[in-house]
Amino acid sequence: MKDKKHLSVSAIENGTVIDHIPAQNLFKVISILGLDRIPNQITFGTNLESQRLGRKAIVKIADKYFEREEINRIAIVAPHAKLNIIRDYEVVEKMLVEVPDHITGIVRCVNPKCITNFENVAPKFEVVDKKNVSLKCHYCEKITDQEHMEYR
Amino acid sequence: MLRVLDLAEEFERNPSQPILQGKVVATLFFEPSTRTRLSFESAVNRLSGRVIGFSEASSSSVSKGESLKDTILTVANYSDLIVMRHPVEGSARYASEVSPVPIINAGDGANQHPTQTLLDLYSIRKTQGTLNDLKIVMVGDLKYGRTVHSLLMAISQFNASFVFIAPPELQMPQEYKLFLKESGLKFEEHTDLADNIVDADIVYMTRVQRERFSDPMEYEKVKNVYVLRNHMLANTKPNMKVMHPLPRVNEISIDVDDSSKAYYFTQALNGVYTRMAIMSLILGLK
Repeated sequence: MKDKKHLSVSAIENGTVIDHIPAQNLFKVISILGLDRIPNQITFGTNLESQRLGRKAIVKIADKYFEREEINRIAIVAPHAKLNIIRDYEVVEKMLVEVPDHITGIVRCVNPKCITNFENVAPKFEVVDKKNVSLKCHYCEKITDQEHMEYR
Repeated sequence: MLRVLDLAEEFERNPSQPILQGKVVATLFFEPSTRTRLSFESAVNRLSGRVIGFSEASSSSVSKGESLKDTILTVANYSDLIVMRHPVEGSARYASEVSPVPIINAGDGANQHPTQTLLDLYSIRKTQGTLNDLKIVMVGDLKYGRTVHSLLMAISQFNASFVFIAPPELQMPQEYKLFLKESGLKFEEHTDLADNIVDADIVYMTRVQRERFSDPMEYEKVKNVYVLRNHMLANTKPNMKVMHPLPRVNEISIDVDDSSKAYYFTQALNGVYTRMAIMSLILGLK
């Protein structure tokens, strides 16, 4: 049984495995990291059982490594994600994502009267609550909380 | 902030200083606000500067679909400073990021109207001799009123206490009350005007607008409750002043105008000195 579980998403020789993604946010992670626009081999599994998340997703990206800043962009949709850096089938490093202090261009401002919803301006936010992920708009200063978060 | 107030005081003592000579100030009013625009234009003229601009979006290229960025980048070629009023929130900050010349926010939707706040502070300091430890009574539409929110945030730095008088539909939003609690500042909430202004240093009136009420009956019930009348001023403190961002409709009875406690027209005059100060500081001329 254990072996089968391991094989549900095939192993990679070199690259990055992102685990503990909430299943419902898998495609947001793919979109935020731009994985739908790169030529690398990518495998993913979703609705896998997880004690912590209920249903989780996992993504394996061959021959791709991320900068810390780049990977922290997914923290708002997958705050408990874990990264395994794989070289020659071995995990050589583990990383946790951290909610960054500022977020640009991922989330839409909840305020329909905000300039970012009128002009071609990338929304910029200061993260005012890292635990519950609450964002203060750099332009209109309104708060966008997790419940009202929409992704661009 | 205090530097602006000090400089405004200097301009009040000596308003004719041609320090903007040779400068062009653009007043871009994407929505009409005659009072604010004239106040800025008066300030520029008194400092011997020249003014260009428009007073509503329909008379600019915005009506042809031009973006704010393009308008700002174009007008920046024609001017040394842009004063901007825009209905969209955050538009002034965005404009300041794309503009090569300084931008002054003359109101961006329901977000901020910082020059109004500075002129309010100037008026308060001038009439009370201090900004510290004052009791500020705010009356009317405290839910949507941008001026009361900004004033609350600014004067909170000077150990103010507050009384909020508003109909239940238009109470001060929770976030501001929370801010006061966290700052350890006192506030009270009431729905009756006459009984709650006796120990005020400042009574800051705002207009209760019919369109804010979902039920017209509710508006009819409260519309006369929040009208300040001269007889209500009888037992108030001698230093107390009545302020209002204007325009007034009927929330201050005209019999108040003759009272020495009526300050709203002088408050508007103070706006000119305050805007003179802001423009000279921003252009590095003072």
